[in-house]
Amino acid sequence: MTERNDGKSASARIGAESFALKVGLAEMLKGGVIMDVTTPEQARIAEDAGATAVMALERVPADIRKDGGVARMAAIEVIEAIQRTVSIPVMAKVRIGHLAEARVLESLGVDFIDESEVLTPADDEHHVWKHDFKSPFVCGARNLGEALRRIAEGAAMIRTKGEAGSGNIVEAVRHLRAVNGEIKRLTATAPEELPTRAKELQASLDLVRFVAEHGRLPVPNFAAGGIATPPDAALCRMLGAEAIFVGSGIFKSDDPAARARAVVAACTQWDDPKQVLEASRGLGKAMDGIEMSTLSEEQRLANRGW
Amino acid sequence: MLKIGVLALQGDFEAHARALARAGADPVMVRAGKNLDGLDALVLPGGESTTIAKGMERLGLFEAVRTFAEAGHPILGTCAGAILLARRVENHPVSSLGLLDMTAVRNAYGTQVDSFVAPADPGAKAGLEGLPCVFIRAPRLRDLGREVDVLVRVGGEPVLVRRGERFAATFHPELGEDPRVLRLWIETVRRSASAARSRERANPLSEPA
Repeated sequence: MTERNDGKSASARIGAESFALKVGLAEMLKGGVIMDVTTPEQARIAEDAGATAVMALERVPADIRKDGGVARMAAIEVIEAIQRTVSIPVMAKVRIGHLAEARVLESLGVDFIDESEVLTPADDEHHVWKHDFKSPFVCGARNLGEALRRIAEGAAMIRTKGEAGSGNIVEAVRHLRAVNGEIKRLTATAPEELPTRAKELQASLDLVRFVAEHGRLPVPNFAAGGIATPPDAALCRMLGAEAIFVGSGIFKSDDPAARARAVVAACTQWDDPKQVLEASRGLGKAMDGIEMSTLSEEQRLANRGW
Repeated sequence: MLKIGVLALQGDFEAHARALARAGADPVMVRAGKNLDGLDALVLPGGESTTIAKGMERLGLFEAVRTFAEAGHPILGTCAGAILLARRVENHPVSSLGLLDMTAVRNAYGTQVDSFVAPADPGAKAGLEGLPCVFIRAPRLRDLGREVDVLVRVGGEPVLVRRGERFAATFHPELGEDPRVLRLWIETVRRSASAARSRERANPLSEPA
């Protein structure tokens, strides 16, 4: 259970099987919407709207940004109450590099652990070695190199970082275009140039070779950070995101239940503009947004992690 | 080539499409009732059964898929798809098609940390001995009707069942390397499609099936 996935022996086979199960759950979440919730009532609204999973939090990112202070893993009672309420998978966040918070969530049986830049990092150099855990992990990435470093550590799902709690989609778009553009370039790169590309990406050559050969990441690739409207959801799908996370966008809006249903509809029918149009009607006001130029480098959550 | 639809609202529909293509069929993504026209069969993939059921309700797909199945077209449901095929659903019930006489109990093994890979119990039918089965937050099937045949059990539980050309698996044959389940089902699709074509030849004035 706690064997490292770096040997070539029986432990490697068990490691491969366990990794396949983790990526398997990520596959099951494709095409759907994962919603941030802070109470069992919100979790129920998310499930009733058709969310594929909920992310149990103490505060949504917009409030973390506003309140300041150290943001940590949610209180156990909050996560447990949400687990008791819904039948869909329950995710929760740990601080970057916080091995012990991750062990607590694993013991709690959460379905996915988000090692997240939205919380205050516990380790400013190292991420969790995720192969050692039975729970699957999702991690944020701004570009292909960062995505492949997290996958090398054992992440079973990658999401864009975007800029959480901003209600502004521009950073998620930048990260999606960066990752998918770099993937496309790798597929057109000659084999003898791949080691140099791996060096530039600061990523393992094996993973770089996989991407060059298959034209995709070895794990599902989702979007997160700043999604606030049904067309925001559709835009992420158009740019290649296989599913989306919505943080503050639902429960910081005027009518969370209606907006949650609308974002699910737009995420499913993203390639049918008429359906996205129908989903966009009568939702009331979206969450307030933040223009990026008003955020200093220190205020940008996406800069956490490497 | 056989044209096999994959319900593509949510879940691992792409993994199914890839597995069908590897098995020599032509996969077609189904997101609306009209996409079912001209298909030989349909796959209901894994995913979240609540999400898929709500999407089917929103898009009027329950009626469309029921009509498609009742016209004799084969259907395969895996995991969430198996729940959707069941007549009864327990543990946070969702709407279902009721196309197989059985009860599906959702998340019956626990959360993701309880997901597992296990081989078929001895005595699997239809050449499926030793089949490796991938269970992800899987349901259990029980109260099977008399006409529902159990092909594979794991730990004594029925995990692959069929009635005629309707198959339900609580695991994910589309994720593993073993192609036997999909081959077996596609063989029934092939027989069903050629029977439909010979009925058309015998009675050229009738509506195509």
